[in-house]
Amino acid sequence: MAAAGAVLRQKLPGNMDICGRSGKGSPEFHVLAVDDSLVDRKVIEKLLRSLSCKVTVVESGSRALQFLGLEGEDSSVGFDALPVNLIMTDYSMPGMTGYELLKKIKGSSAFREIPVVIMSSERILARINRCLEEGAEEFLSKPVKLSDVERLTRYLLRGEADQVSEFRKRKLPKTCDFEFSFPSSPLSNDSDSSSSSRSSSPLPKRCKSV
Amino acid sequence: MDVAQLKRQLIAFTELLYREGFLDEQFNQLQQLQDENNPNFVAEVVTLFFEDAERILNELANNLDQQSVDFKKVDAHVHQLKGSSSSIGAQRIQRVCIIFRTVCNEKNVEGCLKCLQQLKHEYALMKSKLETLFNLEQQILAAGGPPSI
Repeated sequence: MAAAGAVLRQKLPGNMDICGRSGKGSPEFHVLAVDDSLVDRKVIEKLLRSLSCKVTVVESGSRALQFLGLEGEDSSVGFDALPVNLIMTDYSMPGMTGYELLKKIKGSSAFREIPVVIMSSERILARINRCLEEGAEEFLSKPVKLSDVERLTRYLLRGEADQVSEFRKRKLPKTCDFEFSFPSSPLSNDSDSSSSSRSSSPLPKRCKSV
Repeated sequence: MDVAQLKRQLIAFTELLYREGFLDEQFNQLQQLQDENNPNFVAEVVTLFFEDAERILNELANNLDQQSVDFKKVDAHVHQLKGSSSSIGAQRIQRVCIIFRTVCNEKNVEGCLKCLQQLKHEYALMKSKLETLFNLEQQILAAGGPPSI
């Protein structure tokens, strides 16, 4: 089935290599992805690899913590490996939810600075708020698309830490007490926006009645 | 049949699958991710999905066969299937899952059994359509068809 998919597929633009070495000696972007679904793990891994990111995929929150060295006896597995630049986790998982994982990461002095993105097929306002309040960088709707991940890695790579923390402080307005269609990224789509425009991005506009 | 004819067949068949809701945009996303380094990516993901789906359908049959149905378990399984079907673009299966969850919430066993039947039916259809699709692609390759850009 060597080039079967190529019969119909569109080629990705040639400049999609975002996370890889730029040739100037910049390190690879390492993403830790957490999802209990085998299908989703395979897809997210491919998505990230297609952007030339280094990927570690695990099937649970506790595995993720083990990898980072926050849990279990195998404390240095992750530490000696390539440092993690981003954690993407599914929300609904048996055992430890993505939210619980987020709390543990944000509660750790060693890892709290790592951006954490939550993925979920359910766009529940209270859930989104809870995650953002706990420090999640973004809440992505599943199924996750290439464009979502590309945008994510692009702005994280730019290292705009102040803009990122500006966003984190924003909560969705409590007046929106109904479920609404949440865009795949709470951030505005214009990737060149300055910090002031991003922080003034009017989130209330995204609330719409069901 | 020559390559051009086969290709036309493949395109027509694929369009039909999208039109009838068997596939949605997410399937196209997967196809875009396939490349020379991972030439079997779509087939691999689909195979994983089939295995996952069959496991879940069996579990659901088991769950609903109990004297006292554990609706939480049923819901958890349907949620899983909904997730994986949405990840590969299996739209019709995903839609049945959405209805299934509503029925499950109402603790309606009869309704759940009907949904399970529907799921099994949609799954069988989907599997057969995708097998046809992959078959056509194989034929094109075997006929020496170059990949189009």
